[in-house]
Amino acid sequence: MNTPVLEAKHLGIAFGGLKAVDDFNITINEGELVGLIGPNGAGKTTVFNLLTGVYQPTEGAFFLNGDKMNGKKMHEVVRAGIARTFQNIRLFKSMTVLENVMVAFEMNYKYKLADAFFRAPRYWKDEEEIKEKAIDLLRIFNLESKADYIANNLPYGQQRKLEIARALATGMKLLLLDEPAAGMNPTETAELLSCINVIRERFGIAILLIEHDMSLVMKICERIVVIDYGVTIARGLPKEIAENPKVIAAYLGADDEMDVEDDTKEGA
Amino acid sequence: MPDQIVTFILQVLNGLKIGSVYALVALGYTMVYGIIKLINFAHGDFIMVGSYALLYTMPIMVSLGMPAWIAVVMAIAICVLVGITVEKVAYKPVRKKGTNMSALITAIAMSLFLENLAQTIFGAAPKPVGTIFTFPDMIIGKVKVNGNTILTIIIGVSVMIALQFFVRKTRLGKSMRAVSEDGQAAILMGINKNRTITMTFAIGSGLAAVASLMYCASYPQATPTIGAMLGLKAFVAAVLGGIGSIPGAMLGGIVIGLVESLSKAYIGDLTGGVITSAFSDAIVFGILIVVLLVKPSGILGKNIGEKV
Repeated sequence: MNTPVLEAKHLGIAFGGLKAVDDFNITINEGELVGLIGPNGAGKTTVFNLLTGVYQPTEGAFFLNGDKMNGKKMHEVVRAGIARTFQNIRLFKSMTVLENVMVAFEMNYKYKLADAFFRAPRYWKDEEEIKEKAIDLLRIFNLESKADYIANNLPYGQQRKLEIARALATGMKLLLLDEPAAGMNPTETAELLSCINVIRERFGIAILLIEHDMSLVMKICERIVVIDYGVTIARGLPKEIAENPKVIAAYLGADDEMDVEDDTKEGA
Repeated sequence: MPDQIVTFILQVLNGLKIGSVYALVALGYTMVYGIIKLINFAHGDFIMVGSYALLYTMPIMVSLGMPAWIAVVMAIAICVLVGITVEKVAYKPVRKKGTNMSALITAIAMSLFLENLAQTIFGAAPKPVGTIFTFPDMIIGKVKVNGNTILTIIIGVSVMIALQFFVRKTRLGKSMRAVSEDGQAAILMGINKNRTITMTFAIGSGLAAVASLMYCASYPQATPTIGAMLGLKAFVAAVLGGIGSIPGAMLGGIVIGLVESLSKAYIGDLTGGVITSAFSDAIVFGILIVVLLVKPSGILGKNIGEKV
Protein backbone atom coordinates (compact mmCIF):
# COMPACT_ATOMS: atom_id res chain seq x y z
CA MET A 1 0.00 0.00 0.00
CA ASN A 2 1.15 3.51 -0.76
CA THR A 3 2.16 5.87 2.02
CA PRO A 4 -0.68 8.30 2.58
CA VAL A 5 0.03 11.92 1.68
CA LEU A 6 -1.08 13.05 5.10
CA GLU A 7 -1.32 11.01 8.20
CA ALA A 8 -2.15 12.58 11.55
CA LYS A 9 -1.96 10.41 14.62
CA HIS A 10 -3.54 11.42 17.91
CA LEU A 11 -2.83 15.05 17.10
CA GLY A 12 -3.77 17.44 19.89
CA ILE A 13 -3.05 20.86 21.27
CA ALA A 14 -3.93 22.45 24.58
CA PHE A 15 -3.87 26.16 25.31
CA GLY A 16 -3.40 26.24 29.05
CA GLY A 17 -6.04 23.90 30.37
CA LEU A 18 -8.20 24.08 27.27
CA LYS A 19 -7.88 21.26 24.80
CA ALA A 20 -8.63 22.96 21.50
CA VAL A 21 -8.04 19.80 19.51
CA ASP A 22 -7.86 16.36 21.01
CA ASP A 23 -6.88 13.03 19.51
CA PHE A 24 -7.31 14.09 15.90
CA ASN A 25 -6.65 11.32 13.39
CA ILE A 26 -6.79 11.57 9.65
CA THR A 27 -5.38 9.81 6.63
CA ILE A 28 -5.50 11.36 3.19
CA ASN A 29 -4.26 9.51 0.12
CA GLU A 30 -2.98 10.92 -3.12
CA GLY A 31 -5.72 12.63 -5.11
CA GLU A 32 -8.25 12.41 -2.32
CA LEU A 33 -10.48 15.24 -1.23
CA VAL A 34 -11.49 15.10 2.40
CA GLY A 35 -13.84 17.52 4.10
CA LEU A 36 -13.39 18.79 7.64
CA ILE A 37 -16.58 20.19 9.08
CA GLY A 38 -17.94 21.19 12.45
CA PRO A 39 -19.83 23.99 14.13
CA ASN A 40 -18.20 27.36 14.68
CA GLY A 41 -15.37 27.21 17.17
CA ALA A 42 -15.05 23.45 16.83
CA GLY A 43 -11.32 23.67 16.15
CA LYS A 44 -11.22 23.26 12.39
CA THR A 45 -8.88 26.16 11.76
CA THR A 46 -6.78 25.06 14.73
CA VAL A 47 -6.29 21.75 12.93
CA PHE A 48 -5.07 23.69 9.89
CA ASN A 49 -2.77 25.72 12.06
CA LEU A 50 -1.34 22.51 13.50
CA LEU A 51 -0.84 21.00 10.06
CA THR A 52 1.01 24.09 8.80
CA GLY A 53 3.30 24.55 11.78
CA VAL A 54 1.60 27.72 13.03
CA TYR A 55 1.03 25.85 16.29
CA GLN A 56 3.17 23.02 17.53
CA PRO A 57 1.05 20.07 18.62
CA THR A 58 1.28 19.25 22.31
CA GLU A 59 0.32 15.66 21.55
CA GLY A 60 0.62 13.25 18.66
CA ALA A 61 2.32 13.69 15.35
CA PHE A 62 1.61 14.17 11.67
CA PHE A 63 3.41 12.89 8.63
CA LEU A 64 3.66 14.08 5.06
CA ASN A 65 4.44 11.16 2.77
CA GLY A 66 5.73 9.36 5.81
CA ASP A 67 8.04 12.19 6.95
CA LYS A 68 7.42 13.52 10.40
CA MET A 69 6.49 17.19 10.32
CA ASN A 70 6.36 18.01 14.04
CA GLY A 71 8.76 20.69 15.16
CA LYS A 72 9.27 22.09 11.69
CA LYS A 73 8.99 25.80 11.20
CA MET A 74 6.19 27.13 9.08
CA HIS A 75 8.20 27.85 5.96
CA GLU A 76 9.82 24.43 6.23
CA VAL A 77 6.42 22.76 6.33
CA VAL A 78 5.45 24.67 3.20
CA ARG A 79 8.65 23.71 1.44
CA ALA A 80 8.03 20.10 2.44
CA GLY A 81 4.73 20.29 0.57
CA ILE A 82 1.78 21.53 2.61
CA ALA A 83 0.10 24.71 1.40
CA ARG A 84 -3.00 26.48 2.56
CA THR A 85 -5.41 29.28 1.93
CA PHE A 86 -6.97 31.43 4.62
CA GLN A 87 -10.49 32.06 5.86
CA ASN A 88 -10.12 35.72 5.06
CA ILE A 89 -8.20 36.48 1.92
CA ARG A 90 -4.53 37.19 2.45
CA LEU A 91 -3.03 38.02 -0.89
CA PHE A 92 -0.05 40.29 -1.40
CA LYS A 93 -2.45 43.05 -2.21
CA SER A 94 -0.31 45.63 -3.91
CA MET A 95 1.59 43.13 -6.04
CA THR A 96 0.26 42.10 -9.41
CA VAL A 97 -1.65 38.87 -9.91
CA LEU A 98 1.33 37.39 -11.73
CA GLU A 99 3.78 38.44 -9.02
CA ASN A 100 1.66 36.82 -6.35
CA VAL A 101 1.98 33.49 -8.09
CA MET A 102 5.61 34.00 -9.08
CA VAL A 103 6.68 34.69 -5.49
CA ALA A 104 5.27 31.34 -4.48
CA PHE A 105 6.99 29.58 -7.39
CA GLU A 106 10.34 31.21 -6.76
CA MET A 107 10.48 30.28 -3.11
CA ASN A 108 10.60 26.70 -4.22
CA TYR A 109 13.10 27.29 -6.97
CA LYS A 110 16.79 26.56 -6.79
CA TYR A 111 18.63 29.63 -7.96
CA LYS A 112 20.50 31.81 -5.56
CA LEU A 113 20.81 35.55 -5.11
CA ALA A 114 24.24 35.49 -6.70
CA ASP A 115 22.70 34.17 -9.91
CA ALA A 116 20.46 37.19 -10.08
CA PHE A 117 23.47 39.46 -10.07
CA PHE A 118 26.34 37.57 -11.59
CA ARG A 119 24.92 34.86 -13.78
CA ALA A 120 22.35 36.87 -15.55
CA PRO A 121 21.63 34.54 -18.51
CA ARG A 122 20.70 31.62 -16.32
CA TYR A 123 18.72 33.88 -14.03
CA TRP A 124 16.66 35.31 -16.86
CA LYS A 125 16.07 31.87 -18.31
CA ASP A 126 14.74 30.63 -15.00
CA GLU A 127 12.74 33.78 -14.58
CA GLU A 128 11.09 33.23 -17.96
CA GLU A 129 10.39 29.64 -17.10
CA ILE A 130 8.77 30.62 -13.82
CA LYS A 131 6.72 33.26 -15.56
CA GLU A 132 5.44 30.74 -18.08
CA LYS A 133 4.56 28.31 -15.35
CA ALA A 134 2.79 31.05 -13.42
CA ILE A 135 0.74 32.04 -16.46
CA ASP A 136 -0.11 28.40 -17.09
CA LEU A 137 -1.42 28.18 -13.59
CA LEU A 138 -3.42 31.39 -13.92
CA ARG A 139 -4.95 29.98 -17.09
CA ILE A 140 -6.51 27.12 -15.13
CA PHE A 141 -8.28 29.71 -13.04
CA ASN A 142 -9.19 31.92 -16.00
CA LEU A 143 -7.03 34.65 -14.54
CA GLU A 144 -4.39 34.92 -17.26
CA SER A 145 -6.01 38.01 -18.76
CA LYS A 146 -5.74 39.67 -15.35
CA ALA A 147 -2.04 38.85 -14.86
CA ASP A 148 -0.95 42.48 -14.67
CA TYR A 149 -3.77 43.66 -12.42
CA ILE A 150 -2.96 44.65 -8.87
CA ALA A 151 -4.33 41.79 -6.77
CA ASN A 152 -6.40 44.11 -4.62
CA ASN A 153 -8.38 45.30 -7.64
CA LEU A 154 -9.74 41.86 -8.49
CA PRO A 155 -13.32 41.03 -7.58
CA TYR A 156 -13.74 38.90 -4.49
CA GLY A 157 -14.32 35.58 -6.22
CA GLN A 158 -11.20 35.99 -8.34
CA GLN A 159 -9.12 36.94 -5.32
CA ARG A 160 -10.16 33.63 -3.78
CA LYS A 161 -9.13 31.80 -6.91
CA LEU A 162 -5.83 33.65 -7.02
CA GLU A 163 -5.17 32.60 -3.45
CA ILE A 164 -5.65 28.98 -4.44
CA ALA A 165 -3.44 29.46 -7.49
CA ARG A 166 -0.75 30.97 -5.31
CA ALA A 167 -0.95 28.04 -2.90
CA LEU A 168 -0.64 25.63 -5.84
CA ALA A 169 2.45 27.44 -7.02
CA THR A 170 4.35 26.35 -3.94
CA GLY A 171 4.37 22.90 -5.55
CA MET A 172 2.67 21.25 -2.63
CA LYS A 173 1.41 17.70 -2.24
CA LEU A 174 -1.32 18.58 0.19
CA LEU A 175 -3.56 21.60 -0.10
CA LEU A 176 -5.52 22.89 2.84
CA LEU A 177 -8.47 25.05 1.86
CA ASP A 178 -10.02 27.08 4.64
CA GLU A 179 -13.59 27.99 3.68
CA PRO A 180 -12.84 28.75 0.05
CA ALA A 181 -16.49 29.41 -0.77
CA ALA A 182 -17.07 31.82 2.12
CA GLY A 183 -18.82 34.94 0.91
CA MET A 184 -19.15 33.71 -2.66
CA ASN A 185 -22.34 33.88 -4.66
CA PRO A 186 -23.71 30.66 -6.21
CA THR A 187 -22.13 31.32 -9.61
CA GLU A 188 -18.73 31.91 -8.04
CA THR A 189 -19.13 28.81 -5.89
CA ALA A 190 -19.97 26.72 -8.95
CA GLU A 191 -16.91 28.08 -10.71
CA LEU A 192 -14.75 27.32 -7.68
CA LEU A 193 -16.10 23.79 -7.68
CA SER A 194 -15.04 23.20 -11.25
CA CYS A 195 -11.64 24.74 -10.48
CA ILE A 196 -11.11 22.35 -7.60
CA ASN A 197 -12.01 19.45 -9.86
CA VAL A 198 -9.60 20.64 -12.54
CA ILE A 199 -6.68 21.01 -10.16
CA ARG A 200 -7.33 17.60 -8.70
CA GLU A 201 -7.30 15.99 -12.12
CA ARG A 202 -4.35 17.95 -13.31
CA PHE A 203 -2.09 17.85 -10.28
CA GLY A 204 -3.31 14.73 -8.48
CA ILE A 205 -2.84 16.46 -5.15
CA ALA A 206 -4.61 15.68 -1.92
CA ILE A 207 -6.97 18.29 -0.52
CA LEU A 208 -8.32 18.88 2.95
CA LEU A 209 -11.25 21.25 2.88
CA ILE A 210 -12.95 23.24 5.61
CA GLU A 211 -16.29 24.49 4.43
CA HIS A 212 -19.59 25.65 5.80
CA ASP A 213 -21.43 25.35 2.53
CA MET A 214 -22.86 21.87 3.10
CA SER A 215 -24.05 21.36 -0.44
CA LEU A 216 -20.50 22.01 -1.64
CA VAL A 217 -19.00 19.63 0.90
CA MET A 218 -21.50 16.89 0.11
CA LYS A 219 -20.94 17.29 -3.59
CA ILE A 220 -17.16 17.15 -3.81
CA CYS A 221 -15.74 15.44 -0.74
CA GLU A 222 -14.98 11.76 -0.87
CA ARG A 223 -14.86 11.46 2.87
CA ILE A 224 -15.78 13.77 5.71
CA VAL A 225 -14.47 14.21 9.23
CA VAL A 226 -16.66 16.05 11.72
CA ILE A 227 -15.24 17.67 14.83
CA ASP A 228 -16.96 19.45 17.67
CA TYR A 229 -15.27 20.99 20.73
CA GLY A 230 -11.98 19.70 19.32
CA VAL A 231 -13.12 16.07 19.38
CA THR A 232 -13.79 13.98 16.31
CA ILE A 233 -17.42 12.96 16.50
CA ALA A 234 -17.88 11.26 13.16
CA ARG A 235 -16.07 10.24 9.99
CA GLY A 236 -17.21 8.57 6.81
CA LEU A 237 -18.81 9.03 3.42
CA PRO A 238 -20.87 12.18 2.85
CA LYS A 239 -24.04 10.17 2.88
CA GLU A 240 -23.25 8.53 6.21
CA ILE A 241 -22.34 11.88 7.72
CA ALA A 242 -25.57 13.50 6.58
CA GLU A 243 -27.50 10.81 8.42
CA ASN A 244 -25.31 10.57 11.50
CA PRO A 245 -27.38 11.56 14.56
CA LYS A 246 -24.32 12.87 16.44
CA VAL A 247 -23.51 15.24 13.60
CA ILE A 248 -27.08 16.43 13.35
CA ALA A 249 -27.10 17.02 17.10
CA ALA A 250 -23.81 18.93 16.98
CA TYR A 251 -25.01 21.16 14.21
CA LEU A 252 -28.51 21.71 15.43
CA GLY A 253 -27.29 21.59 19.01
CA ALA A 254 -25.45 24.84 18.38
CA ASP A 255 -28.79 26.49 17.67
CA ASP A 256 -30.99 24.26 19.79
CA GLU A 257 -31.82 26.83 22.43
CA MET A 258 -33.52 28.90 19.79
CA ASP A 259 -35.26 25.89 18.36
CA VAL A 260 -36.46 24.73 21.73
CA GLU A 261 -37.80 28.15 22.52
CA ASP A 262 -39.63 28.32 19.25
CA ASP A 263 -41.04 24.88 19.84
CA THR A 264 -42.37 25.78 23.26
CA LYS A 265 -43.93 28.93 21.93
CA GLU A 266 -45.64 26.97 19.24
CA GLY A 267 -46.64 24.31 21.74
CA ALA A 268 -48.10 26.89 24.08
CA MET B 1 23.28 83.83 -17.45
CA PRO B 2 22.36 86.10 -14.55
CA ASP B 3 24.09 85.33 -11.28
CA GLN B 4 20.83 84.60 -9.52
CA ILE B 5 20.09 81.69 -11.81
CA VAL B 6 23.60 80.33 -11.37
CA THR B 7 23.16 80.47 -7.61
CA PHE B 8 19.78 78.80 -7.92
CA ILE B 9 21.18 75.94 -10.01
CA LEU B 10 24.00 75.43 -7.55
CA GLN B 11 21.56 75.39 -4.66
CA VAL B 12 19.39 72.83 -6.43
CA LEU B 13 22.44 70.66 -7.05
CA ASN B 14 23.42 71.00 -3.40
CA GLY B 15 19.91 70.01 -2.45
CA LEU B 16 20.08 66.96 -4.70
CA LYS B 17 23.41 66.02 -3.17
CA ILE B 18 22.33 66.12 0.45
CA GLY B 19 18.94 64.81 -0.65
CA SER B 20 20.45 61.67 -2.09
CA VAL B 21 22.26 61.09 1.21
CA TYR B 22 18.94 61.48 3.03
CA ALA B 23 17.27 59.22 0.52
CA LEU B 24 19.74 56.38 1.09
CA VAL B 25 19.36 56.66 4.84
CA ALA B 26 15.58 57.00 4.58
CA LEU B 27 15.54 53.76 2.56
CA GLY B 28 17.00 51.95 5.54
CA TYR B 29 14.27 53.32 7.81
CA THR B 30 11.51 52.55 5.39
CA MET B 31 12.60 49.03 4.49
CA VAL B 32 12.93 47.98 8.10
CA TYR B 33 9.63 49.64 8.95
CA GLY B 34 7.95 47.95 6.02
CA ILE B 35 9.03 44.54 7.11
CA ILE B 36 8.75 44.55 10.91
CA LYS B 37 6.87 47.80 11.63
CA LEU B 38 9.78 49.04 13.69
CA ILE B 39 11.25 52.51 13.47
CA ASN B 40 14.89 51.69 13.84
CA PHE B 41 16.17 54.75 15.64
CA ALA B 42 19.64 53.26 15.66
CA HIS B 43 19.72 53.45 11.89
CA GLY B 44 21.25 56.95 11.87
CA ASP B 45 24.09 55.58 13.97
CA PHE B 46 24.92 53.03 11.31
CA ILE B 47 26.11 56.06 9.33
CA MET B 48 28.42 56.87 12.19
CA VAL B 49 29.71 53.29 12.17
CA GLY B 50 30.24 53.65 8.44
CA SER B 51 32.23 56.85 8.74
CA TYR B 52 34.55 55.46 11.44
CA ALA B 53 34.94 52.33 9.39
CA LEU B 54 36.02 54.43 6.42
CA LEU B 55 38.32 56.48 8.62
CA TYR B 56 40.18 53.47 9.97
CA THR B 57 40.17 51.07 7.04
CA MET B 58 41.41 53.60 4.52
CA PRO B 59 44.97 53.93 5.94
CA ILE B 60 45.10 50.15 6.41
CA MET B 61 44.22 49.56 2.76
CA VAL B 62 46.71 52.16 1.60
CA SER B 63 49.48 50.72 3.77
CA LEU B 64 48.71 47.27 2.39
CA GLY B 65 49.18 48.69 -1.06
CA MET B 66 45.57 48.21 -2.03
CA PRO B 67 43.46 50.83 -3.70
CA ALA B 68 41.64 53.11 -1.26
CA TRP B 69 38.19 52.23 -2.58
CA ILE B 70 38.51 48.78 -1.01
CA ALA B 71 37.89 50.72 2.21
CA VAL B 72 34.37 51.40 0.95
CA VAL B 73 33.74 47.69 0.57
CA MET B 74 35.13 47.14 4.05
CA ALA B 75 32.96 49.92 5.49
CA ILE B 76 29.86 48.43 3.88
CA ALA B 77 30.78 45.00 5.25
CA ILE B 78 31.32 46.38 8.75
CA CYS B 79 28.03 48.29 8.67
CA VAL B 80 26.17 45.21 7.46
CA LEU B 81 27.71 43.20 10.25
CA VAL B 82 26.73 45.77 12.87
CA GLY B 83 23.22 46.02 11.44
CA ILE B 84 22.70 42.26 11.52
CA THR B 85 24.16 42.02 15.01
CA VAL B 86 21.85 44.74 16.34
CA GLU B 87 18.87 42.94 14.81
CA LYS B 88 19.86 39.51 16.12
CA VAL B 89 21.01 40.54 19.58
CA ALA B 90 18.66 43.38 20.44
CA TYR B 91 15.55 43.48 18.26
CA LYS B 92 14.74 39.87 17.55
CA PRO B 93 14.44 38.70 21.17
CA VAL B 94 12.38 41.77 22.05
CA ARG B 95 10.13 41.29 19.03
CA LYS B 96 9.44 37.73 20.07
CA LYS B 97 8.49 38.58 23.63
CA GLY B 98 7.29 42.13 23.66
CA THR B 99 5.18 44.62 21.83
CA ASN B 100 6.03 47.13 19.14
CA MET B 101 6.52 49.69 21.87
CA SER B 102 9.22 47.71 23.64
CA ALA B 103 10.99 47.20 20.32
CA LEU B 104 10.85 50.94 19.68
CA ILE B 105 12.38 51.70 23.06
CA THR B 106 15.05 49.09 22.40
CA ALA B 107 15.84 50.93 19.18
CA ILE B 108 16.33 54.20 21.05
CA ALA B 109 18.52 52.37 23.55
CA MET B 110 20.61 50.88 20.73
CA SER B 111 21.07 54.34 19.27
CA LEU B 112 22.36 55.73 22.58
CA PHE B 113 24.48 52.63 23.09
CA LEU B 114 26.19 52.93 19.72
CA GLU B 115 26.83 56.66 20.16
CA ASN B 116 28.31 56.21 23.61
CA LEU B 117 30.30 53.17 22.57
CA ALA B 118 31.80 55.21 19.76
CA GLN B 119 32.60 58.01 22.14
CA THR B 120 34.36 55.61 24.49
CA ILE B 121 36.35 53.96 21.74
CA PHE B 122 37.13 56.88 19.45
CA GLY B 123 36.73 59.88 21.75
CA ALA B 124 34.31 62.74 21.39
CA ALA B 125 36.51 64.94 19.24
CA PRO B 126 35.80 64.96 15.50
CA LYS B 127 38.32 63.06 13.41
CA PRO B 128 39.09 63.96 9.82
CA VAL B 129 38.15 61.38 7.20
CA GLY B 130 40.39 61.22 4.16
CA THR B 131 38.95 61.51 0.70
CA ILE B 132 38.61 58.39 -1.35
CA PHE B 133 37.26 59.64 -4.61
CA THR B 134 37.97 62.93 -6.24
CA PHE B 135 36.03 64.00 -9.21
CA PRO B 136 37.09 67.04 -11.22
CA ASP B 137 34.94 70.14 -10.92
CA MET B 138 32.76 70.72 -13.90
CA ILE B 139 32.29 74.04 -15.57
CA ILE B 140 29.24 74.48 -17.72
CA GLY B 141 28.93 78.03 -18.95
CA LYS B 142 29.08 80.18 -15.87
CA VAL B 143 28.14 77.35 -13.56
CA LYS B 144 31.04 75.76 -11.75
CA VAL B 145 29.90 72.53 -10.18
CA ASN B 146 31.80 70.80 -7.44
CA GLY B 147 32.92 67.34 -8.55
CA ASN B 148 31.90 65.78 -5.24
CA THR B 149 28.37 67.03 -5.71
CA ILE B 150 28.09 65.35 -9.08
CA LEU B 151 29.67 62.16 -7.79
CA THR B 152 27.37 62.02 -4.77
CA ILE B 153 24.29 62.46 -6.92
CA ILE B 154 25.49 59.83 -9.38
CA ILE B 155 26.24 57.28 -6.62
CA GLY B 156 22.92 58.01 -4.93
CA VAL B 157 20.87 57.63 -8.10
CA SER B 158 22.70 54.45 -9.19
CA VAL B 159 22.25 52.83 -5.81
CA MET B 160 18.55 53.69 -5.86
CA ILE B 161 18.11 52.24 -9.36
CA ALA B 162 19.97 49.10 -8.31
CA LEU B 163 17.75 48.79 -5.25
CA GLN B 164 14.61 49.12 -7.33
CA PHE B 165 15.87 46.38 -9.60
CA PHE B 166 16.70 44.24 -6.61
CA VAL B 167 13.30 44.69 -4.97
CA ARG B 168 11.27 44.24 -8.16
CA LYS B 169 13.16 41.45 -9.86
CA THR B 170 15.09 39.25 -7.50
CA ARG B 171 13.72 36.48 -5.44
CA LEU B 172 14.93 37.98 -2.18
CA GLY B 173 13.53 41.37 -3.13
CA LYS B 174 10.18 39.84 -3.86
CA SER B 175 10.19 37.94 -0.61
CA MET B 176 10.93 41.20 1.18
CA ARG B 177 7.90 42.78 -0.43
CA ALA B 178 5.80 39.73 0.35
CA VAL B 179 6.82 39.72 4.02
CA SER B 180 6.08 43.42 4.34
CA GLU B 181 2.62 42.96 2.82
CA ASP B 182 1.60 39.98 4.90
CA GLY B 183 4.20 38.23 6.99
CA GLN B 184 2.10 35.22 7.86
CA ALA B 185 0.94 34.59 4.31
CA ALA B 186 4.54 35.01 3.13
CA ILE B 187 5.74 32.29 5.49
CA LEU B 188 3.03 30.03 4.17
CA MET B 189 4.40 30.54 0.68
CA GLY B 190 7.64 29.03 1.96
CA ILE B 191 9.41 32.32 2.61
CA ASN B 192 11.89 32.24 5.47
CA LYS B 193 10.75 35.33 7.33
CA ASN B 194 13.65 35.58 9.74
CA ARG B 195 16.17 35.32 6.97
CA THR B 196 14.31 37.96 5.01
CA ILE B 197 14.35 40.31 8.01
CA THR B 198 18.07 39.75 8.48
CA MET B 199 18.69 40.54 4.83
CA THR B 200 16.61 43.69 5.10
CA PHE B 201 18.76 44.91 7.97
CA ALA B 202 21.87 44.00 6.00
CA ILE B 203 20.77 46.00 2.98
CA GLY B 204 19.61 48.96 5.07
CA SER B 205 22.93 49.10 6.91
CA GLY B 206 24.86 48.72 3.67
CA LEU B 207 22.98 51.70 2.28
CA ALA B 208 23.86 53.64 5.43
CA ALA B 209 27.53 52.90 4.78
CA VAL B 210 27.22 54.23 1.24
CA ALA B 211 25.45 57.27 2.64
CA SER B 212 28.30 57.88 5.08
CA LEU B 213 30.77 57.73 2.20
CA MET B 214 28.72 60.32 0.33
CA TYR B 215 28.28 62.49 3.39
CA CYS B 216 31.95 62.35 4.33
CA ALA B 217 32.88 63.42 0.83
CA SER B 218 31.32 66.81 1.63
CA TYR B 219 31.77 66.96 5.40
CA PRO B 220 34.91 64.91 6.00
CA GLN B 221 34.62 64.45 9.75
CA ALA B 222 33.64 61.50 11.87
CA THR B 223 32.03 62.16 15.25
CA PRO B 224 30.10 59.82 17.53
CA THR B 225 26.89 61.79 16.94
CA ILE B 226 27.27 62.34 13.21
CA GLY B 227 24.30 60.06 12.61
CA ALA B 228 21.89 61.61 15.09
CA MET B 229 20.75 64.67 13.15
CA LEU B 230 21.29 63.05 9.77
CA GLY B 231 19.23 60.08 10.91
CA LEU B 232 16.41 62.27 12.19
CA LYS B 233 16.19 64.22 8.95
CA ALA B 234 16.23 61.02 6.94
CA PHE B 235 13.46 59.75 9.17
CA VAL B 236 11.45 62.88 8.34
CA ALA B 237 12.14 62.12 4.68
CA ALA B 238 10.86 58.58 5.09
CA VAL B 239 7.69 59.80 6.78
CA LEU B 240 7.20 62.51 4.17
CA GLY B 241 7.47 59.99 1.34
CA GLY B 242 5.26 57.48 3.13
CA ILE B 243 7.04 55.20 5.55
CA GLY B 244 7.15 51.65 4.24
CA SER B 245 7.29 52.85 0.64
CA ILE B 246 10.64 52.52 -1.11
CA PRO B 247 9.99 55.05 -3.90
CA GLY B 248 8.51 57.25 -1.16
CA ALA B 249 11.78 57.27 0.77
CA MET B 250 13.71 58.26 -2.34
CA LEU B 251 11.28 61.05 -3.14
CA GLY B 252 11.11 62.20 0.48
CA GLY B 253 14.90 62.32 0.73
CA ILE B 254 15.26 64.44 -2.39
CA VAL B 255 12.44 66.78 -1.31
CA ILE B 256 13.91 67.29 2.16
CA GLY B 257 17.36 67.92 0.65
CA LEU B 258 15.96 70.52 -1.74
CA VAL B 259 13.88 72.20 0.95
CA GLU B 260 16.85 72.40 3.25
CA SER B 261 19.24 73.76 0.69
CA LEU B 262 16.81 76.26 -0.87
CA SER B 263 15.54 77.46 2.49
CA LYS B 264 19.10 78.02 3.64
CA ALA B 265 19.74 80.10 0.56
CA TYR B 266 16.56 82.10 0.26
CA ILE B 267 14.56 82.15 3.45
CA GLY B 268 16.41 85.16 4.83
CA ASP B 269 15.73 87.31 1.77
CA LEU B 270 12.16 86.12 1.38
CA THR B 271 11.17 86.98 4.92
CA GLY B 272 13.21 90.17 5.10
CA GLY B 273 15.60 88.67 7.61
CA VAL B 274 12.93 87.63 10.11
CA ILE B 275 13.62 83.96 9.57
CA THR B 276 17.27 83.28 8.92
CA SER B 277 19.02 80.31 7.38
CA ALA B 278 19.67 79.06 10.91
CA PHE B 279 16.04 78.00 10.85
CA SER B 280 16.50 75.48 8.06
CA ASP B 281 16.40 72.53 10.46
CA ALA B 282 13.24 73.91 12.01
CA ILE B 283 11.70 74.09 8.57
CA VAL B 284 12.60 70.47 7.88
CA PHE B 285 10.99 69.33 11.12
CA GLY B 286 8.09 71.67 10.49
CA ILE B 287 7.46 69.60 7.36
CA LEU B 288 7.17 66.52 9.55
CA ILE B 289 4.43 68.19 11.60
CA VAL B 290 2.58 69.36 8.51
CA VAL B 291 2.76 65.88 6.94
CA LEU B 292 1.50 64.25 10.08
CA LEU B 293 -1.40 66.66 10.19
CA VAL B 294 -2.35 66.75 6.53
CA LYS B 295 -1.41 63.36 5.11
CA PRO B 296 -0.12 61.05 7.83
CA SER B 297 0.45 58.25 5.36
CA GLY B 298 2.93 60.42 3.41
CA ILE B 299 3.10 61.34 -0.26
CA LEU B 300 3.32 57.81 -1.64
CA GLY B 301 2.11 55.93 1.41
CA LYS B 302 -0.98 53.85 1.50
CA ASN B 303 -3.79 54.45 3.90
CA ILE B 304 -3.64 51.24 5.80
CA GLY B 305 -6.56 50.31 7.95
CA GLU B 306 -5.77 48.35 11.06
CA LYS B 307 -5.44 44.72 10.08
CA VAL B 308 -7.71 42.46 12.03
